[in-house]
Amino acid sequence: MNSTLLHTRELSIGYGSTRIAGSLSVQLKAGQLVCLLGPNGAGKSTLMRTLSGLQKPLSGEIYLGDQALAQIPPRELAQKLSLVLTDRVEAGHLTVGELVALGRTPYTNWLGSLTFDDHQKINWALKLTGTDAFIDRRLPQLSDGERQKVMLARALAQDTDLILLDEPTAHLDLPSRVELMRLLHELARQTQKAILLSTHELDLALQAADVLWLMGSGGKFEHGVPEDLVLNGSFERTFAASGFAFDRSTGTFQLYPNPTGPALRLGGDSPSLFWTRRALSREGYQLQEYAEHSVQVTDEGWLIDEQTFVTSIQTLLQELSNRYSYRKHA
Amino acid sequence: MTRPLLFSLLILLSLACFVMNLTLGSVSIPAGEVARILFTRKSEETAWLFIIENIRLPKAITAVLVGWGLSVSGLQMQTLFRNPLAGPSELGITAGAGLGVAAVMLGSGSVTSLYAIRQLGVSGSWLIVFMASMGSALVLLMVLAIAGRVRDHVVLLIVGVMVGTITLSIISIWQYFSQPEQLQEYLLWTFGSLGGVVDNHLLVLAVVVILGLLLTFASSKALNTLLLGEAYARSMGLTVGQARTIILASTSILTGSITAFCGPIGFVGIAVPHLTRSLLGTSNHRVLIPASGLIGSILMLVCDSIAQLPGTQSVLPINVVTSLLGAPIVIWMIVSRHNLRASFS
Repeated sequence: MNSTLLHTRELSIGYGSTRIAGSLSVQLKAGQLVCLLGPNGAGKSTLMRTLSGLQKPLSGEIYLGDQALAQIPPRELAQKLSLVLTDRVEAGHLTVGELVALGRTPYTNWLGSLTFDDHQKINWALKLTGTDAFIDRRLPQLSDGERQKVMLARALAQDTDLILLDEPTAHLDLPSRVELMRLLHELARQTQKAILLSTHELDLALQAADVLWLMGSGGKFEHGVPEDLVLNGSFERTFAASGFAFDRSTGTFQLYPNPTGPALRLGGDSPSLFWTRRALSREGYQLQEYAEHSVQVTDEGWLIDEQTFVTSIQTLLQELSNRYSYRKHA
Repeated sequence: MTRPLLFSLLILLSLACFVMNLTLGSVSIPAGEVARILFTRKSEETAWLFIIENIRLPKAITAVLVGWGLSVSGLQMQTLFRNPLAGPSELGITAGAGLGVAAVMLGSGSVTSLYAIRQLGVSGSWLIVFMASMGSALVLLMVLAIAGRVRDHVVLLIVGVMVGTITLSIISIWQYFSQPEQLQEYLLWTFGSLGGVVDNHLLVLAVVVILGLLLTFASSKALNTLLLGEAYARSMGLTVGQARTIILASTSILTGSITAFCGPIGFVGIAVPHLTRSLLGTSNHRVLIPASGLIGSILMLVCDSIAQLPGTQSVLPINVVTSLLGAPIVIWMIVSRHNLRASFS
């Protein structure tokens, strides 16, 4: 079965006298992609920094295998654990190839000479991340997505069992975010690495993660399989405060949890049902099982109160608004 | 152009500049004759033999040592501070070296001038080198502590100038209580001079500079990982504190020893690494360190040749020439700021 690569025992994290979270006992297992989620300021970065050894824990222990993290010499640690940080790297004259090659630092001699084996690892990392296409480009010539992939390639070249990524999806557009998550998920599976990443992408994390770590404000910490955390309400509790609600049935956050508009009964089983529900929720209609008025969704269009037929959501909303003299925020 | 070719060119160019430097001066000596004196140590003109062996050769060797030392220490500082505007004279490090030298003079009780260090014996010059290096290290540590709080490149440059001014003020207070003739000699020292470093002094300077350069070469891997910032460097197994200590040490002894012997020489340390990076288009220190050294020594040899005002009896102070050439380069660097951001964060 999956071996535990990292585990903590009664770990407390924080700065100086400020304790952010305590009594953390978590594990990272080979082949798993773990996503760390939590609102801003919950201490995600502090946890990442502590687990990677950049910052000392307030108390408790971190073990890599059966070795205490604090006891591992820097070079040896760098052969077990690699990082991708949020810090923007600005070494303008470094090419992509040179930067990825720096990942071999923990293995090279005092001059940093690369061996055949080093070159193989670098090429593997470049190919896997698709960065081999622009190996000679310099950092300022890269887009944010490409840059992030290059930093990941560098971490891969470091050839460690554990990879920690601090908000790797920040600054990326949606396709790049999806691609990165997919890549990390595959990587964990294929190479039996343990990958921990912190992110704000709830949807993506729910889909891609094998295990979720939830950090709430006030040092609350929960972990488990994503679906369990959704079903037992942990997810809602973690993100409770901010006036929006997590919809357990759809796995999404609702921006408008308390609709005040007219009640509607929504029927039909066309694929457009999902999007119709979204549009109506946004406009503040209360969608109920039993209501006086109804909207029937068909493959061809929308039937309002079994009378009027419309063919786009725009005209549907217009028609409903006229019919019930209802305006959002009115 | 491939790198081996570029390096061969730089080496040839520095050799050519070396010979050119030997031929030029108040008396022009043909290159053929210079070569003959260098290889056979004989010449029909005994005056020429004397000039080459006792004046120009030591001066040219000093120029090469200064060029290598200042450029490489500037390069290290730029990477350490992650700031392309860092340099020995710009951040007040040479002023710190001056303070160290002044401390020796005060402490020794014999209130002689800074310029008189060359009158001291070999043990005296070791002491001066040590104190100048300590003075450099002191200022370097101060600026490094401030740099942690300052993100902006140009602001750090201003902080460096301020720290340098404070250091120079301390020296000025001491000067104020000195004799007029000593002041004159101190002023001469501040102009900088490559001449007069001969025999044992040259040996001491050479040993110290070569030691400093070896330390820098040994740090080239650390410097490369530091390009990505401290957190990444640590995550790649670098013991940052240790690496930083070695870099500080080599920067201090390079700047300290050179400043002690030759006076403050401006702009070489800041301009040469920048020129080298643009010329070679790389940030790899294994390439940058030797290339900066070669370009730095070429620049110093050329500056010295200009300073000799060939064919005339007068000589310009070396610091004047390096400033005239170097300051415009720094202004150009600040004006093209996007270029700065691209080099470092």
